[in-house]
Amino acid sequence: MAADVVIVGAGIVGAACARSLARAGARVIVLDRGAAAAATSAHGEGNLLVSDKGPGPELELAQESLRRWAALAEELPDELGPQFPSIEHEAKGGLVVVASESGLDGLRRFAGTQRAAGVEALEVTAGEARELEPDLAPGVLGGVHYPQDAQVQPVAAAEALLASARRAGAVVRTGVEVTGALQGANGRLTGVSTTQGDFPAGAVVVAAGPWSAEVAERLGSRIPVLPRRGMVLVTTPMPQRIRHKVYDGDYFAATQSAGAELQTSAVIESTRGGTVLIGSSREQVGFDDRLRAEVLAQMARRAIAVFPFLAETNVMRSYLGFRPYVPDHLPVIGPDPDRDGLWFATGHEGAGVGLAPATGDLLAAVMLGLEAAVEPAPYAVGRPTLRGHAPGPIGEARL
Amino acid sequence: MRHVVVVGAGPAGLAAARAAVEAGARVTLLDAGDGLGGQYWRHLPDTRPAGREHVLHHRWETFRELGDALRAHPAVTVVPSAQVWSLERPGGGVRLNVLVGEPDGVGRDALALEPDALVLATGAHDRTLPFPGWQLPGVYSAGAAQALAKGERVAVGRRVVVAGAGPFLLPVASSLLQTGATVVGVHEAGRIGTLARGWLNRPWELAGAAGKAGELAGYIAELIRHRVPWRPGEAVVAAHGDGQVESVTVARLNERWAPIPGTERQVEADAVCVSHGFTPRLELAVAAGCALTPSRFVMVDDAQATSVPGVWAAGEITGIAGADAALAEGTVAGTAAAGGDTRTATARAAGRAVSRARAFAARIESAHGVRGGWVSWLRDDTVVCRCEETTYGRVREVVELTGSHETRSVKLTSRAGLGPCQARMCGRTLEELLGDTAPPGVDRRPLVVPVRLGDLASLPSSHPHPTASHPTGDQT
Repeated sequence: MAADVVIVGAGIVGAACARSLARAGARVIVLDRGAAAAATSAHGEGNLLVSDKGPGPELELAQESLRRWAALAEELPDELGPQFPSIEHEAKGGLVVVASESGLDGLRRFAGTQRAAGVEALEVTAGEARELEPDLAPGVLGGVHYPQDAQVQPVAAAEALLASARRAGAVVRTGVEVTGALQGANGRLTGVSTTQGDFPAGAVVVAAGPWSAEVAERLGSRIPVLPRRGMVLVTTPMPQRIRHKVYDGDYFAATQSAGAELQTSAVIESTRGGTVLIGSSREQVGFDDRLRAEVLAQMARRAIAVFPFLAETNVMRSYLGFRPYVPDHLPVIGPDPDRDGLWFATGHEGAGVGLAPATGDLLAAVMLGLEAAVEPAPYAVGRPTLRGHAPGPIGEARL
Repeated sequence: MRHVVVVGAGPAGLAAARAAVEAGARVTLLDAGDGLGGQYWRHLPDTRPAGREHVLHHRWETFRELGDALRAHPAVTVVPSAQVWSLERPGGGVRLNVLVGEPDGVGRDALALEPDALVLATGAHDRTLPFPGWQLPGVYSAGAAQALAKGERVAVGRRVVVAGAGPFLLPVASSLLQTGATVVGVHEAGRIGTLARGWLNRPWELAGAAGKAGELAGYIAELIRHRVPWRPGEAVVAAHGDGQVESVTVARLNERWAPIPGTERQVEADAVCVSHGFTPRLELAVAAGCALTPSRFVMVDDAQATSVPGVWAAGEITGIAGADAALAEGTVAGTAAAGGDTRTATARAAGRAVSRARAFAARIESAHGVRGGWVSWLRDDTVVCRCEETTYGRVREVVELTGSHETRSVKLTSRAGLGPCQARMCGRTLEELLGDTAPPGVDRRPLVVPVRLGDLASLPSSHPHPTASHPTGDQT
């Protein structure tokens, strides 16, 4: 039986697309060359953030997604049963702190624009910040509290979305690598050939995260998605001392930057297991997975500057992953204008978990002609801000 | 002068260091312990010398001789209490990031080494398969029991059961006897037929390993003298007790290591030592990019060279074959790493010993290697991951619910393997339960040991370090 839709990639975005499409009645097959939720989705923190987004389409997608995650946190356990691993949805709120007057001014101006776009962004004094987080460094002058920031456990969340999609009829096949395109008489893409045979389909969705450019090329198209490397440190478990997601004021600048050089900013939070997760770093070094001690050192210095007590804690693990980076910092969601039958849902950089549910809904709405919750045009594959970004050889930084 | 860094000061590392310095290199020998010897020659600290180390330790003279030679040599720097916490691969070389000092100490010295050649001799730790009750106080890994006996002269109990698989059970029983414990029995999972096929196949090969066979024969004689029964084809399949081991269930096993129903019997004991073989410490080898064999040891050629130029490996990380093999492999690796001539009489003799050792390692694996039937002694409430207290039942449930058989996903959804030991204890078990055993799997740990965040933060901000190839002073 031919599928209506083949989705390439069983990470959080592919899983969300599969669920939205399957629940809308499409026959869906999800393919992944590795295992489900094992690459980018398994190497991040599971951030659902509005705090790092200025007014514009990404914020709108994030706001819609936040609502969707809150609903999913109730729908998924109802559907999958109480024994299914919890997605650990927690609206713990974010707190951005700064240690300089100029930093505080900039942060407050930014928060003002966010408020105008409907984000809860509460200015806090140094004293109020310490009420929220008693262990903050003495040098913190103030900040902004974002009560809407939330998180999920990304692997459990992706597995839950996939399990829900399967209940709606989707089929998930792992260990299947796409090798090329199936071509119709008029040049239309009619499915994919893989290491496990052909999968005919009415449409193919590339949701392969940082590997999307490679998959697109195998399917006869191009998309300017590049890997942007990041690391997370995990401490040994301890009694909880950090209550919110806490960032230093440079985090926003790092997420919005385009530089290939190493950038770090502090993103610190506790997990239910008692560990503390410490991010974040950004490097454009292709798919190079070699450890750099310098990155860990910078991240450690940033984190200790926010929470001095962390200097005494032990880091027991480091994650290294690749974010799907797009030059204009907006995800790519919609049909390929030059390749009939090919679709994209990729390029979410570090926000894939946060943006996944709204991405899945938007893709399904555009593909099936349903009403979309957000305006699709800003995420279109052929948008002006992506023109001229012809991708280079796979895995090579171009900037 | 060529600079060779050797990581690990057990038999392989000590032999490598000596061979390298004799071949003309400058040598830095790093070990996480506070003295030389590794796990094999673990002994009382020099501040509390004992008169009878030679009784507890085989080849004690070899160890003394190696240690003395290295300490006396001007071209050797021995750095004890040295934790290599990560390995980087800048450009074509390797850089070891080391913290020196007490593991819990504040403000340890940071050292970055960029050697011309690296010899990895990081050894192995013993593997314990889970069974119901194995988290009770009184259940020890045989390695821990052995370390307590050798390093502290403490027996883990009065009536001790030793169980598992492999020749290592014998020296463990011996150490226990010598520290005054009663060994109730030694239960070897391999059945007599399998053991005989493993050990007696191609008997001419064993002639070359006469030293090893003699050593084992000595242990067996000791067991007989103390009337300790050695029972092949049996396993401890459960431990019982109220807050402490009071008894164990021993059962006979079939060829696949599945307990044979109706053969269970209760044995009173206040301690049980279990070992089901060894897990090599592969973190640094994986970080260096060394290829692994399908059975997940470091792949080496006849000169102990790994697949990565400039990196050699010796000892248990290349296969479990005992101390003689480790000494021989270390000698070959050290000579080659120093750019020395591996065709000299000494090196060639060591090379022949390595070949014999590999045959011996294969023999151990075929006689004592873990067989999949052990899974049937698990119950749904048996803890698989002791750090996170994840049960076998929960792992099965998560696999069934998510449909995922991939270790990383199951770790994150069941929490097995996420705790402080970072799956060192349960990782292989989990992978075997899931059927996801492709290397490097759980052996990829870029952070080789836990590191204090403050130590990370105080690393010099840019490489290369001024200390790069000049560790300060001889710290022995």
